[in-house]
Amino acid sequence: MTDLATEGALASPARAIEAAQSVWSLRWRRFRHHRAGIASLAILALLVLFCLSAYPLERYLNLDSNATDLLSRYDPPSATHWLGTDEGGRDELLRLMYGGQISLLVGLLATVIGGGIGVSLGLVAGYFGGRLDSFLMRLTDGVIALPLLPLLIVLAALDLTKLGFSSEFAHSGAAGFWRIVVIIALVDWTAIARLVRAATLSVKERDYILAARASGAGALYVMATHVLPNIVTPIIVALTLTVGRVILFESVLSFLGFGIVPPTPSWGNMLNNAQELVTTAPALAIYPGLLIFITVIAVNFLGDGMQHAFDPRSERR
Amino acid sequence: MNALLSIENVSVSFAQRKRLFGGPRASLRAVDDVSAEIGEGETLALVGESGSGKTTLGHVVAGLRKPSAGRVRLRGAELGAANRALAGRAIQIVFQDPFSALDPRMPVSDIIAEPLRIQGAASKAERRARAAALVEEVGLPVDALNRYPHEFSGGQRQRIAIARALAPAPQLIVADEPLSALDVSIQSQILNLFRDIQKRERLSYLFISHDLGVVEHLADRVAVLYLGRIIELARREDIFAHPAHPYTRALLDSMPRIGKGRHRKRAIKGEMPSPLAPPSACVFHPRCPLVQDICRTLAPRFEPLAARPSHLAACHFKE
Repeated sequence: MTDLATEGALASPARAIEAAQSVWSLRWRRFRHHRAGIASLAILALLVLFCLSAYPLERYLNLDSNATDLLSRYDPPSATHWLGTDEGGRDELLRLMYGGQISLLVGLLATVIGGGIGVSLGLVAGYFGGRLDSFLMRLTDGVIALPLLPLLIVLAALDLTKLGFSSEFAHSGAAGFWRIVVIIALVDWTAIARLVRAATLSVKERDYILAARASGAGALYVMATHVLPNIVTPIIVALTLTVGRVILFESVLSFLGFGIVPPTPSWGNMLNNAQELVTTAPALAIYPGLLIFITVIAVNFLGDGMQHAFDPRSERR
Repeated sequence: MNALLSIENVSVSFAQRKRLFGGPRASLRAVDDVSAEIGEGETLALVGESGSGKTTLGHVVAGLRKPSAGRVRLRGAELGAANRALAGRAIQIVFQDPFSALDPRMPVSDIIAEPLRIQGAASKAERRARAAALVEEVGLPVDALNRYPHEFSGGQRQRIAIARALAPAPQLIVADEPLSALDVSIQSQILNLFRDIQKRERLSYLFISHDLGVVEHLADRVAVLYLGRIIELARREDIFAHPAHPYTRALLDSMPRIGKGRHRKRAIKGEMPSPLAPPSACVFHPRCPLVQDICRTLAPRFEPLAARPSHLAACHFKE
C-alpha cells in the first residue's frame, strides 16, 4: 500500500477504511496465516544456515572434512567429532553441512531451471496453440521417449573444453556441479510442460481473459497476469515433488560417476555410500536420510502455503 | 443521428475442420453481411435465439474477433490492428456469466482498474482512486476493493464487471446477455444500473439479449437476428407495436405477459436450421407461417417499410 493510494482514499472519509492493497501484499498476508507454510519457511532457512556454517565450524574445530583417517573410522560422537566419523574417518557433521550445500543448491537450481523451461514451453504451447503447440508437444514427447541412461552417459562424457570452457573449469568441482544441474534440468521439464499446457488450455478461453483482450492486452500480459496465477496450484505441486526427486536423482547420477565426484559430499552420495553399512553404522544412513526427509517435507508444506496464498478461495489452516 | 459506431457488411465465418479424405471444406457463417449503426448515447438491442450470431457479432465489435469480411468503424475510423489501443479504451464488454468474467485470483481493485493498467493510462495511485470511485458508482460496499470475486453474489459480480467496463471511460459498452444469468429480482437492479450509468455518462450500448422484456425497458432501437442475418431493425416502439417480420411477431408472441392470458397464436414451429446449410432464398421460409413460393426462390431485400422509412425488414410480406 503506497502513501499516494492512502491519500487518494482519504479524499472521502467513507473510503478511508479500506485503501486498495496490491495483490502481492494480499498474497503475503494470506501466506502469513498459513502456519505450516511459515514453519516450513523457517525450517528451510535454518537448514540453509546449518549448511552455510560448515566452513566456520571447520575452522573452529580445526578439522579437514575431506581428510581421511583410517584409524578412526566409525568413531562415536565426541568433542572433536560431534556426530562421529564416517567410513573414511571424516567428520560426519561437516560432511553433512557441505553435502547440504551441494544437495540444496542442486535441488533448487535444477528445479528452478527445469521448471522454468517446462512452464514457459507449456504456457506458450497452450496459449498460442496451432502449429507451435504441435511442435513443442512433439519435442516434449521426444525428450520423454529418450532413453535416460545412455543420454546421461553421453552428457556426462561431454568434453567441456571442446565446448569452449577453459580446461581449468572443466576439471574443477564446479563443472561437475553445473553438469549435473544442467543434465537434470534438461530431462526433468517435460512433465511440467504437459501439465502447464493442459491447465493453460482450460483457462485461456475464460471471459476474464476475453475482457482483458478487449481492453487491448497482449499475450504476454494475459499469460503473466491471468493464466499463471490461475494454474499455479498444479505447478507448485509438481515443483515441490521435483525438489525431493532431484536431490535423490543427484545421488543416483553421482553413484554412476556423473557429477559430484566422491571426496565432495552430497546428501545423496552420503546416503548411497551408507547403504552397505546400514547394519554396522546405521547413523551414517540416518543423518543424510533425515535431512533429505526434512527438506522434502518442508518444501511440500511451503508449496501448500504458496497455494493458499495464491488461491483466495482456499480455507485457512 | 450521429453514428458513434457503424458496422458495415460484417460477416464472420468459421472454417470447419478439414475432412480426413478430402471432400469440400464446409464453412459456417455465424454472421452474414450485417450492417447497423449505433448513435451517441443510444442503445441498440440485438435479439435472437441462441445460435443466431448475437455473441459473435458482439465479439467483433469488442475487437475479440476479426470479421471475415466488412468492417467496424468508430467515429469513422476503421477498427483494426492499427488502433487497437483506441478501441480498447472506447469499447468495453460485459459478459453473461459473472462467474467466469472475473479472475478468481485477482482482488476487486485490480479487476476494476485492469483496463487502465493494460492501457498504461494511469499511475498506480490513480488507478486505485478510480477503482474506489467506481465501486461506489456501481453501488458496491466500499470494503469490496480488497476482497476477491468469490466473496460476492452473482449480481454483485456483475456490478464489478460493469465497474471494470466503465474504468477507461468508454463510449460504447457491448453487453452480452448481462442479465440472463441473474435472478429476476437482481435483473431489475442491474437493468436500472445500466440505465443510470447511461444517463450519467452518455454511453452507448450494444445490448445483446434474448429477453424481449428487458429489451423493451432499455433499448432505443432493436435489431432482430436470425441465422446471422438482421431480418428486422426498427425503433423500439415500432418493433413492439408493429412488428413487420413474421419471425419478430412470433418472438413477441412468445413473450410471457401478465394479464393477457395464455394465447400463443403464432408460436414458431421447428428448430433453427443449421447455419452450415442455411435454407435458400429467405432463410426463415421453412418455419414461416406466411410462406409462399416466392420465399423459396427469391431472397427478400432488407429495406424500409413504405409506411415508416426508419423501419427495415427483410420479408416479401412485411406488414
